[in-house]
Amino acid sequence: MATQGPIHDPETVHDPMIDPRTGEYAVIAPGHNFRSVTQKIAGIVLTGSTPWAWWGGFFFAATIAVGVVIGVTWLFLKGVGIWGVTIPGAWGFAIINFVWWIGIGHAGTLISAILLLFKQGWRNSINRFAEAMTIFAVCCAGMFPLLHIGRPWLGYWLFPYPNTMNVWPQFRSPLAWDVFAVSTYATISIVFWYIGMVPDFGTLRDRAKSPIAKYLYGLVALGWRGSTRHWIRYESASLLLAGLSTPLVLSVHTTISFDFAVAAMAGWHTTIFPPYFVAGAVYSGFAMVLTLAIPIRKFYHLEDLVTLRHLDNMAKVMLVTGSIVAYGYGMEVFMSWYSASHWEFFMMWNRMFGPMGWAYWLLILTNIAIPLTTLWSRRLRVSPGYLFFLSFVVNIGMWFERFVIVVTSLYREYLPSSWGTYRATFWDYILFIGTWGFFTVLFLLFARLAPMIPMSEIRMMLPQTKVRPGGQPADRVVEEAL
Amino acid sequence: MPVREGIYGLLAEFNTPSELVHATEMAHRAGYRRMECYTPYPVEEAAEALRFHKTRVPLICLIGGIMGLITGYGMEVWINVWGYPLNIRAMPLFSWPAFVIPGYEWTILFSGLSAAFGMIALNGLPQLYHPLFNAPNFRDGATTDKFFLCLEAHDPRFSIAETRVFLEQFNPVSVVEVDH
Repeated sequence: MATQGPIHDPETVHDPMIDPRTGEYAVIAPGHNFRSVTQKIAGIVLTGSTPWAWWGGFFFAATIAVGVVIGVTWLFLKGVGIWGVTIPGAWGFAIINFVWWIGIGHAGTLISAILLLFKQGWRNSINRFAEAMTIFAVCCAGMFPLLHIGRPWLGYWLFPYPNTMNVWPQFRSPLAWDVFAVSTYATISIVFWYIGMVPDFGTLRDRAKSPIAKYLYGLVALGWRGSTRHWIRYESASLLLAGLSTPLVLSVHTTISFDFAVAAMAGWHTTIFPPYFVAGAVYSGFAMVLTLAIPIRKFYHLEDLVTLRHLDNMAKVMLVTGSIVAYGYGMEVFMSWYSASHWEFFMMWNRMFGPMGWAYWLLILTNIAIPLTTLWSRRLRVSPGYLFFLSFVVNIGMWFERFVIVVTSLYREYLPSSWGTYRATFWDYILFIGTWGFFTVLFLLFARLAPMIPMSEIRMMLPQTKVRPGGQPADRVVEEAL
Repeated sequence: MPVREGIYGLLAEFNTPSELVHATEMAHRAGYRRMECYTPYPVEEAAEALRFHKTRVPLICLIGGIMGLITGYGMEVWINVWGYPLNIRAMPLFSWPAFVIPGYEWTILFSGLSAAFGMIALNGLPQLYHPLFNAPNFRDGATTDKFFLCLEAHDPRFSIAETRVFLEQFNPVSVVEVDH
């Protein structure tokens, strides 16, 4: 399956994007300098004319996002009865969508935090929009539990605050843990994202032509001037935030898996859930990064900065996390037999061959059969078209994974007399599809208004950054570096 | 408070980080202390040349984290043991393992916010006005591709004529006076 390395491959050896020393695709195309990368990235934001395709995409996404407005309005008027949730399927689309969206967000934190700690320099090109993806995915995710509580205007009751009712949260419930995990995750992600953008906002302030842009970017840049003492503190804070986000991202999906694993429900009550949920989250998140990165690099001509190396590396991460997910599926099947529990055994039989068995086989096809066979091929890993297709396949699969976990355990639980089924209604679908539009609208606004690729971090990856002792004359050093 | 009259300092512009680091090192050896480098990305060698090694950001982060842990865990214990005791499926009121996750999350929340806002506060930001923005070449380069060394006027070694001559020997692109 795996093709030969390009060093020995006569077809690809002349590709200028391949570094002859390593045989890997270059992280940044050769020939760039500090000014050219700055102009390339800042130019996307600081142009007076918005591309017509951006407006087209924006209006299309905004039209879909109207689904959220309609779905939420009707929900507020009528109550959660308009959804398909009922007994025994008391957790339906709301929880599935919540877990799916927040899982997508996790890849952003993984890229920005874990890969920073592992000194994976290639992450610099994709880290900003992956973080933006995290925040927008958390916005979509957070909406669902809030709406599911029935009276969203009383959502603040979830938080501990002194009140005249003398009522406090109950901290032995995983649902209370969720509130803390997700709110912390959202806050830290936004802070990390913003702190990362401050020096780039400084660049935009200094390069902007229009007075409004100068003023607004000047405000958000906080007066950043690139002082070395500032940079050292800044780097220290970034590293600390990365170190804090790493256990945070693992803990968030672990906590979400506890929503299931703590319940004494066949198919949920297992110890494999936390690692398997985290791996699945990263798997779907990287798929979403590919869904966003591939059209963006094409549309904004960023192939020099988001290179095939990035796509290759992301596909490799998907291969690893996908394999962990496959192991999780295997362990679930094994444990349902090995536990010798009648209910566990029935749950797995019902999951595979019951009335909703098609959903299980669909997720095996889309999460394992298609990606884990093809991603071994280097040729496919560097093919943007194939990865774009695959990213959709995996995200469909990951949605069905959560569907299978939530629905199949619930609708046929211990007592056959209480068996039922689950059917999502129109209002479930319109809200879910609406969040795709909402997410896309937020992402397009981000791509138009903020630097999508961190300029200061890209500069650090250029060969000109090398400091030589004694301070050689400018032209010679620049020439050598180029 | 630094003096507000006269000039703020002399600003030398370089094309490469190597020249900047060399000039900074030499300025330090020549006895200049009130100086600062401005670069479009972090140049650690410049911080070495400035002898700026320690930041208090990690300490602030640690204090924030400890506060978060005590606040979060303490709040849970108080609420579930004394403030609003509830018997939930006969679990003990002080169910310490169940309290770990929110306490852990608040540890991260407080330490993360402390690191971020502590860094901003130690840097004296937001500071929308700074004399350096008056320099004609600063804003085109400092956040894009140029490397600046500013020797500040309130350094005891500073004198406009001598310092200018001192900076000129490193072949900067330009040396300009920065007004307040």
